[in-house]
Amino acid sequence: MDVQTWTYLIVGITFAIYIGIAIWAKAGSAKEFYVAGAGVPPLANGMATAADWMSAASYISMAGLISFMGYDGSIYLMGWTGGYVLLALLLAPYLRKFGKFTVPDFVGDRYYSNVARTVAVICAIFVSFTYVAGQMRGVGVVFSRFLEVPINTGILIGMGIVFFYAVLGGMKGITYTQVAQYCVLIFAFLVPAIFISLLVTNNPVPQIGFGSEVVGGGYLLDKLDGLHQELGFAPYTDGSKPMIDVFFITFALMVGTAGLPHVIVRFFTVPKVRDARISAGWALIFIALLYTTAPAIAAFARYNLINTVSNTSYAELPNWFKTWEGTGLIAWADKNDDGAVQYVKGAPFDGKPAFTGETGELGQRLLSNELTDNANELYIDRDIMVLANPEIAQLPDWVIALVAAGGLAAALSTAAGLLLVISTSVAHDLVKKQINPNISEKSEVLIARIAVAIAIVIAGYFGINPPGFVAQVVAFAFGLAASSFFPVIILGIFYKRMNKEGAIAGMLAGIIFTAAYIIYFKFVNPAANVPANWIWGISPEGIGTLGMLINFAVSIVVSKITPEPPADIQELVDSLRYPKGSGEASMH
Amino acid sequence: MEKGKLQEYWRTNVRYLIGLLVVWFTVSYGFGILLADQLNAISLGGFKLGFWFAQQGSIYVFVVLIFVYVILMNKLDRKFDVREE
Repeated sequence: MDVQTWTYLIVGITFAIYIGIAIWAKAGSAKEFYVAGAGVPPLANGMATAADWMSAASYISMAGLISFMGYDGSIYLMGWTGGYVLLALLLAPYLRKFGKFTVPDFVGDRYYSNVARTVAVICAIFVSFTYVAGQMRGVGVVFSRFLEVPINTGILIGMGIVFFYAVLGGMKGITYTQVAQYCVLIFAFLVPAIFISLLVTNNPVPQIGFGSEVVGGGYLLDKLDGLHQELGFAPYTDGSKPMIDVFFITFALMVGTAGLPHVIVRFFTVPKVRDARISAGWALIFIALLYTTAPAIAAFARYNLINTVSNTSYAELPNWFKTWEGTGLIAWADKNDDGAVQYVKGAPFDGKPAFTGETGELGQRLLSNELTDNANELYIDRDIMVLANPEIAQLPDWVIALVAAGGLAAALSTAAGLLLVISTSVAHDLVKKQINPNISEKSEVLIARIAVAIAIVIAGYFGINPPGFVAQVVAFAFGLAASSFFPVIILGIFYKRMNKEGAIAGMLAGIIFTAAYIIYFKFVNPAANVPANWIWGISPEGIGTLGMLINFAVSIVVSKITPEPPADIQELVDSLRYPKGSGEASMH
Repeated sequence: MEKGKLQEYWRTNVRYLIGLLVVWFTVSYGFGILLADQLNAISLGGFKLGFWFAQQGSIYVFVVLIFVYVILMNKLDRKFDVREE
């Protein structure tokens, strides 16, 4: 069987499983639709959280990014795992004890204010939409590369699948499909990693192979540092970002993770407070499996890439190089006319490759870009490192098909989790809590289903017509989560004196500061987006950390000079702090 | 439950949190970022130690921290009789 047939087969089987689960896990009540009836076992919730959290970006792009960033890539590795410690210790158990359906629920009730609730709803919807557009695009990209259907057809198929299980099953359907999707994606990620680790270092465990000697002698990382120096790149294990920026970005990603509504809501789905604690632990184990493998893949891929292409004549390059050149994700401009690839520091030309449609005498696709005057001749899209890995390592066809199914699982599981947050925010936080509190449970669930359907259509639209700023707004999603949700939730639990005025003032101060900084540098004046202009050298990606500190400071000062919260709210805070009785607390 | 006992339960919880978060901060921001250059002088197999903490070690420690907290809190819940059945 060829790769295509394998891909159709494996993707088909996984899709059939997801649909089967959706039919089995059909949601009836509002509680089932929003939080899977709060009956998900902690281990299953850990897997579902891991799949929910690990998106197309984690699966497809992260290892590639690290491969090109070296040490600097640690911001993603630590930033996107360390937040789970904060979740397990500072948020999950108390929010589970609170026992409602959503993050805006907590904000609205704890701060006895519909203004606070509305601010939280807007943030939740904004954060989720920025994310979900990227997932739909990811689905389309995987389809187009592996099944050779147009990207838009791929997006439509993806929309159809998510529609089916999210609308039918709500959180219950999503949870159990996410469990299946986790299994698919982690298997698909680890199999090629193990093969490549064996090939490069003779060690089957990528996490150990990463620090081992390569076949032929010398430690992998030492060799990479050497190669980098030779070619003019910063040493792989040192990086080039300033320390303060690495610090602030890592912190913003961690705190942002802990404040993301689609992650937090997963901890509402377990039966008990202690289940919320341990399921954060399971989630991090499942996430760590991928996150400790990714940097190893990054280093192997970097080593393979440099060894394969550097100073190799175009005619002798392996097939995968030409396949990916065909998709436009690799491009080569023979600046010095020697027929070989020179790969050194610097961009070969500005922006993405523009092909003339003609080929040169060696068969390479010719470019119409204006070339830069540095010696680098090679353009490589970072995303291909994971997708091309099986081909680079000459793995069997079924492994390549598996990688495609894994990418789809990663994108679909995250998309579903986000869509549910959007629909819950609309049906529960807006309609039920503010517009029409007398609505029956049946109509509430119906509105939630309609909201999911509309959200899928909007997300699909953004997937098909991606706004140019998708990559830019990711900084936004984390910055906003860090500077809005995280401080209000933490203070709501740990600072009894915290009141409505403090929460609203703090959220607004944090959001306005963070948003203004990001909008200025990313949209208003992108030319000024250089370290010299940043506050203390903090990039827009890391500014959420400062926004969070501002939120904390404003919240505490304002709540100190305004009246303390009513007695029943102070009792509510007390009741959050010990586990017993979460059964009653969750009665509505 | 009486107020005094609840406060004692909460104070113990906060003490655990502070201890675990100090470790959390030290392995990631301390060893992985602020002290990475100094630690890189030390080798762990083929890894420089600072780099290892940033790309591997801190993640392993994060996992351990959560499970330590789970164990501590399960004990504490039983001791103060606030465990859910």
